[in-house]
Amino acid sequence: MSTRLRLLAILPLCAALAACNSVVLHPSGDIAAQQRDLLVSSTALMLLIIVPVMALTVLFAWRYRQANRNARYEPDWHHSMRLELVIWSAPLLIIICLGALTWIGTHLLDPYRPLDRIAPGKPLQKDAAALEVNVVALDWKWLFIYPQYGVATVNELAVPVDQPISLHITASSVMNSLYIPELAGQVYAMPGMETQLHGVLNRIGTSQGFSANYSGAGFSGMHFTLRGLASADFDRWVASARSANDRLTRDTYVALERPSQKEPIRHYGTVDAQLYAAILGMCVRPGTTCANHMMMAHAQHAPQ
Amino acid sequence: MPLHDSSLATVIFGRLSWDALPLHEPILVATFAVVALVGSAVLFALTRYRLWGYLWREWFTSIDHKRIGIMYMMLGVIMLLRGFADAIMMRVQQAMAFGGSEGYLTAHHYDQIFTAHGVIMIFFVAMPLIVGLMNYLVPLQIGARDVAFPFLNNFSFWMTTAGVVLIMLSLFVGEFARTGWLAYPPLSGIEASPDVGVDYYIWALQIAGVGTLLSGVNMLATIIKMRAPGMTLMRMPVFTWTSLCSNVLIVATFPVLTAVLVLLSLDRYVGTHFFTNDLGGNPMMYVNLIWIWGHPEVYILVLPVFGIFSEVAATFSGKKLFGYSSMVYATVVITILAYIVWLHHFFTMGSGASVNSFFGIATMIISIPTGAKIFNWLFTMYRGRIRFELPMMWTIAFMLTFVIGGMTGVLLAVPPADFVLHNSLFLVAHFHNVIIGGVLFGLFAGINYWFPKAFGFRLERFWGKVSYWFWVVGFYVAFMPLYVLGLMGVTRRLRYFDDPSLQIWFVIAAFGALLILCGIAAFLVQIYVSIRKRHELRDTTGDPWDGRTLEWSTSSPPPVYNFAFTPIVHDGDAWWDMKQRGHQRPTTGFKAILMPRNTGAGVVLAGLSTVFGFAMIWHIWWLAIASFALIVASAIYHTFNYDREFHLPLPEVVRNEDERTRLLAVRS
Amino acid sequence: MAYAFATAEVASPTAFYQINEHEHAAGGSTMLGFWIYLMSDCLIFAVMFATYGVLGAHYAGGPAPRDLFDLPLVAVNTSMLLLSSITYGFSMLSMRKRQVGATQVWLAITALFGAAFLGIELHEFTHMIGEGATPERSAFLSSFFTLVGTHGLHVTFGIVWLLTLMVQIGQRGVTAANERRLMCLSLFWHFLDIIWIGVFTFVYLMGMLR
Repeated sequence: MSTRLRLLAILPLCAALAACNSVVLHPSGDIAAQQRDLLVSSTALMLLIIVPVMALTVLFAWRYRQANRNARYEPDWHHSMRLELVIWSAPLLIIICLGALTWIGTHLLDPYRPLDRIAPGKPLQKDAAALEVNVVALDWKWLFIYPQYGVATVNELAVPVDQPISLHITASSVMNSLYIPELAGQVYAMPGMETQLHGVLNRIGTSQGFSANYSGAGFSGMHFTLRGLASADFDRWVASARSANDRLTRDTYVALERPSQKEPIRHYGTVDAQLYAAILGMCVRPGTTCANHMMMAHAQHAPQ
Repeated sequence: MPLHDSSLATVIFGRLSWDALPLHEPILVATFAVVALVGSAVLFALTRYRLWGYLWREWFTSIDHKRIGIMYMMLGVIMLLRGFADAIMMRVQQAMAFGGSEGYLTAHHYDQIFTAHGVIMIFFVAMPLIVGLMNYLVPLQIGARDVAFPFLNNFSFWMTTAGVVLIMLSLFVGEFARTGWLAYPPLSGIEASPDVGVDYYIWALQIAGVGTLLSGVNMLATIIKMRAPGMTLMRMPVFTWTSLCSNVLIVATFPVLTAVLVLLSLDRYVGTHFFTNDLGGNPMMYVNLIWIWGHPEVYILVLPVFGIFSEVAATFSGKKLFGYSSMVYATVVITILAYIVWLHHFFTMGSGASVNSFFGIATMIISIPTGAKIFNWLFTMYRGRIRFELPMMWTIAFMLTFVIGGMTGVLLAVPPADFVLHNSLFLVAHFHNVIIGGVLFGLFAGINYWFPKAFGFRLERFWGKVSYWFWVVGFYVAFMPLYVLGLMGVTRRLRYFDDPSLQIWFVIAAFGALLILCGIAAFLVQIYVSIRKRHELRDTTGDPWDGRTLEWSTSSPPPVYNFAFTPIVHDGDAWWDMKQRGHQRPTTGFKAILMPRNTGAGVVLAGLSTVFGFAMIWHIWWLAIASFALIVASAIYHTFNYDREFHLPLPEVVRNEDERTRLLAVRS
Repeated sequence: MAYAFATAEVASPTAFYQINEHEHAAGGSTMLGFWIYLMSDCLIFAVMFATYGVLGAHYAGGPAPRDLFDLPLVAVNTSMLLLSSITYGFSMLSMRKRQVGATQVWLAITALFGAAFLGIELHEFTHMIGEGATPERSAFLSSFFTLVGTHGLHVTFGIVWLLTLMVQIGQRGVTAANERRLMCLSLFWHFLDIIWIGVFTFVYLMGMLR
């Protein structure tokens, strides 16, 4: 019985080992890597308690089984102040450590916080400019607008490596979640509201991003390509995007907003500069009032 | 907004039409055929063997907490089959849908399945099983004859059943929600989900929620007011303590669910702007409110199960529970802390680092009293003499499995870690880890432990062990791959996949689900075989496990009045104390006992509520108004019934007690 | 009641069974049970208040409190409700003195005050809706109508309950069971009064200050 229990106990560790090549444990971005480090150190801290507990469970179950007459039987022993003290303080100490890690880590890895380094040992240069991208979660595709370059894409996010990236995120209709595992942890995309995500990609390569919050029938196909490019390659990419014939105007946005699934990658050579603000204010369609202006304003005059 | 169609059909039938029947979905047609066949067979058998009268008199109108408890548990087990069918369908779909294949389920169907799976498992499997167990045991454990409000108890059960009827109806008439089990707006709002699905969701939960809330009021009043003389709070069994705390949680959180569903309904029916994107609404408000309910809900489920393990560990170690006081304090601390952690369900919604940290650290703090409980169970086993009957086997499996789930939970409580794992299959693995490893294993421990009390014969051991091993191994095979997949970046609720390297993990998980299916089948076989062998497995003493708490002082099953004479308690582990001190069970001097009368009002009110819910879902306004008026009228009519009690005649009491005397003599 | 420490059975160390048990009076747990239910109801109101707190300033370019609230009318309304609480109190006093007639009269007056409260409130709602200030106009109006409306719905149920009780007292007089029911309704009625004070303060008065 105890052998089988021991095997069962090891199973999760086996699973964990098998996941060693997973993207969450081996991301290409510094923020994601720091989040991974926190994950690993938290797990290690907790295993300090969990492994002895599991071992004791198996040990006591075996040793004090009814058939084992060698073990002491003390039916009325049910209290020990010293033991209680250990029982409550050992987890407390672990939680204090974990709590400190949490407080510090949460503040340092706040998605809204601009980066202060590119990679361990590579602090940010004073004049380093972040790549700004505005992200809109649509049904069921992703729109990326590059305000610094006047281009936009559907379902493709190209970024230069080792340059800080600043994402401003909203959605058109329902709640989604922007998650790019290689880059950083996720953050919700919500209509009429803007969230932020800061990160940096440290390796050239192609990977995926997707929505991590169920948003309807086309949800399963709502992923996009992340392309980490060398600086020169990124400039070439921008130039190629600029040469695209499609224009992202209010009208073409309204057409894009209509529900569709598994959209192929598309580039827009020009982008209406006010469009993102209008999307955020939910006033793209002519005649609509921008919500952020309207929200707390009340009628100027009393109703008739 | 409601339609203003003037056609007569719309007035009479609302938006109900023949289109509501899913005739084009072969899976549903087949399911309906099976359900109709089995249902007809059952109805036919009941009529043929003239059982309707018996069922109505002895079960449906019963206000006996024991009968009601059993009915709750049967409801939970039946719904487990439905919820698990949804699980198997999901596992098969996800194992298949690779390499361009989109599996055998459309998005329309699949998205309903994962929503229904969650709703059913939480609201109509776990809650009824837990509430049923508390219903059955608490009055017995405190030495009372019934709960404080027996009629309300019956009403609560039928309201839960009404919710079940509505959700089962959604399979065959219309459809269910496609939003996930918590139905976040704007997706669940009228614009994104104009169909009946979310309305089925709302009304099933609202109606069942009324039942649960009143059950909470009932249990609290019972535990506070109806304990046997001498049973101070610190002499109550631990299961009663955990029931007390769980019911405090019910009373203090279900109103939040009621209110937030009302607000969502108003958005859908009237066009208000609580959770819309425009005109000032804020969907984040819904997320906050629903989780202010949602987090305490999981503690409602797990606290009683902790109580079960305390009873089982002590009884089967032949030893008093280690650290009774600290178990009580730990339970109370968990109850209080349950209210200040809800935001950990949406760290990623952008609340800022300080807010996130506060809720993360508060969540971690809950692991301290929980850990203390685990240690206390460990030290109950220490220097005990452990009998590995099925309840104890389930307890060991729980202790090994739950701590893994607890660990991953604390991990998810670290906001930056949550940013990479939120809504992933890692999260899905975590909560199944704690719910299956905790709540479900605990329920199986409790069922095996208390079955002889309820029915007079033990559950058969062999099939119980078969079920146990299939469940335990099956759980690990089904859910450890999900931890791996989460670490590989896979999110939840996906219907098909591009990356072929993921498929093997889904196939393993599907195999695990198959093992669990065997576990469930073995459990049903166990019940069947036990019934067939009930004479061999009979419990004649009422105390088959050498128990420690008052329920074991009664016969198995207990008489309708539980105790001919109310026990007087002198210590914790009251029954153990009585046995140690050589109590003498009185065999004469019985009296007629005051008992509450049965009533059909609960069935009527809940039936009308089902009609009301159906009418609201399908916008059949005349029916909604009529059924609501009838509900009010029936409730008022019921209040005119002042004749709620009767005396159980002395001869009947004598007969019960003499039979018990005879059985106890036979044993010795 | 469960405890019986004073009886001889408990004093004797070997007494494990209560041989000479008194039958419990029916309804011993009613007041506690009703209190617990009432506190759960209070939580529903708490959610409505919280929602109003979060969304109450979202006028969405539509009417705001200052455009809509008629404080003098609300003051009259409030006095109707407060008076109804006083008259209910008189009813309870008469109940204690077993004066069935007086109890009924004060109950009837309470119902009338309650009906007046509801009537004025309905008038206010109708007027607002007529001016375009519907619940669908903005989140502020949605939460206003829902909070105040939930309270009004509770008052309505209270009046229905009150009238039912009047019939039952007419049939059976002030029995122990009816006394318990009157006490529960008393708790309910005064509770609604307190909620209204919250509404009056947070919605109407503070709304005008915004």
